[in-house]
Amino acid sequence: MGKLWHSVYLDKEKCLGCTTCLRNCPTGAIRVREGKATIIESKCIDCGECIRVCPHHAKLAKTAPLDAIKDYKYSVAIPAPAITGQFSNYYSIGKILSGIKSLGFDEVVEVAYGAEIIGQGLKYEYESKHYPKPLISSACPAVVKLIQVRFPELTSNICQLISPMALTAKIVRKRLRGEGNYKDSEIGVFFITPCAAKATMVNNPSIEGDELYSHINGAIAIKDIYGDISQYLSDGKEEIEGIHNSTAEGFSWALSGGESNYLKNKKVLNVDGIQNVINVLEEIECGKLDSIEFFEGLACIGGCVGGCLTVENNYVAKMYIQERAKKSKQVSTAHIDEEYIKNIYDSGTMHMKESIVPRTPEPLDKDIHKAIEKMKQIEELETHLPGLDCGSCGAPGCRALAEDIVAGKAKEIDCVFVLKERVLELSQLTSELLQVGHPTGKIDDEIKKIKEKK
Amino acid sequence: MSYELVFDVKRGDFDKAGEASRKIKKTLQQLGINNKIIRKLSIAGYEGEMNLAIHSLGGKMTVNVGEKFITVEIKDVGPGIADIDLAMTEGWSTATDKVREMGFGAGMGLPNMKRNADGFDIISELGVGTKIVMNFFI
Repeated sequence: MGKLWHSVYLDKEKCLGCTTCLRNCPTGAIRVREGKATIIESKCIDCGECIRVCPHHAKLAKTAPLDAIKDYKYSVAIPAPAITGQFSNYYSIGKILSGIKSLGFDEVVEVAYGAEIIGQGLKYEYESKHYPKPLISSACPAVVKLIQVRFPELTSNICQLISPMALTAKIVRKRLRGEGNYKDSEIGVFFITPCAAKATMVNNPSIEGDELYSHINGAIAIKDIYGDISQYLSDGKEEIEGIHNSTAEGFSWALSGGESNYLKNKKVLNVDGIQNVINVLEEIECGKLDSIEFFEGLACIGGCVGGCLTVENNYVAKMYIQERAKKSKQVSTAHIDEEYIKNIYDSGTMHMKESIVPRTPEPLDKDIHKAIEKMKQIEELETHLPGLDCGSCGAPGCRALAEDIVAGKAKEIDCVFVLKERVLELSQLTSELLQVGHPTGKIDDEIKKIKEKK
Repeated sequence: MSYELVFDVKRGDFDKAGEASRKIKKTLQQLGINNKIIRKLSIAGYEGEMNLAIHSLGGKMTVNVGEKFITVEIKDVGPGIADIDLAMTEGWSTATDKVREMGFGAGMGLPNMKRNADGFDIISELGVGTKIVMNFFI
């Protein structure tokens, strides 16, 4: 198992050691140690909840700066479908894309275009019947990681199609290679990302274990270029002709249910928000939802429009996208040409090279006898803790503290309530000891003197 | 070597539905039990937990992790099952309409438990209660 690279990181200066992120992390991956929040890498799924909730903006996502595009002779921006929800419908999608290009890119290709192709491919993939029921969407990388860590037995349900982002990058590179004007290393493809999980995916080749992400050279946060695009739009500059190539179905992938839309006649279940996704996966895991045929789970509320690197409120963004979808008359070539889709599908271009494997957390001990011993110690310790899950000790709850103590990573007196009890015991002991008379009588005299003074 | 987890399940307590199964799953993961076994146990355990909430007057669920296998015992106080063979038939259920509306009571519970367990035993006495013992090889 390779080391995971994470895009979520901490600005130590800004972190006050408050416990907001700790209590909101859906996988219990945060501990506050020495006054600063630290992330347990093996548990983090890059969902971005901590970035969203941190009141001091100390949690950030590592993304590429816009300047990174200067390292390439030819640069291509591939914006996520969520970009269409960031600006009001007064501005056309073409104008928004033109605004992105004006930042210095040589070309802009919408990921919504790749989404349209993957969406059509999803129908074939569903029919291939390689999967146990339900087929689970692979679109949200945070949910995929969540399944790997917390629902290992469901990894075989995850759809083996690559993401629209990856497919779009592949198609762009293939075309540019064919044109022959630039060497592969001279072309920089940049994903314009709404979330931390996608940024991790771009920078972490170990996720799908192949050369896939060398197709993408970096992820730039939507919020980092939002201001420049707004400026471009308010300046009333022109729309570049032919820059917008996606259909309503394509850019609606930014919303929860956008992908499921391609399996209209199937029994689909769309869930958004990481905690809701966890709850439903629990039900799927214990066999309660056997009749569901396709499950689309997205970590952010509303879907990708709710990504922690977006600017517009997710509900407003959703409204913008729904309005755009109603008005959109665009019909892509992908939509009509079934043969084109089937060819890409059959070529294997839209499939992952390796399947997604479980990343089960380490047990308490590799030896089950020792693990049971430790479990008993944890339960015993838990009975001494207050059960308030206040987080003051730096662990997300009393159970987690007990586990940390047994693992040798924390002490019982990290709990303020236990500490208070100990202080009380100590003060009782002190007062008891003071009652003991001294053989020489000297100290007793001293005490008398002090009392008299008072 | 032995380790035990005990849960009380009350009749009609759907607020806590699945809580025991979730805790069992997490504990078994921490003990390093194979994922496939945990999945089978989760499915069977959840069915058992639901049976207690729906059909019994309340009962106990006990999980025991031993050397060679994990035993799950589900014991209730309740009406008992008149015809066990019939109850083991897929699609047969005594669940009320209200319970069915909640998505339970499809008559798959007992057969599903038996299918997922490596060993399955059921005894029931009318007017007294039912006891199910399932084994899962480690």
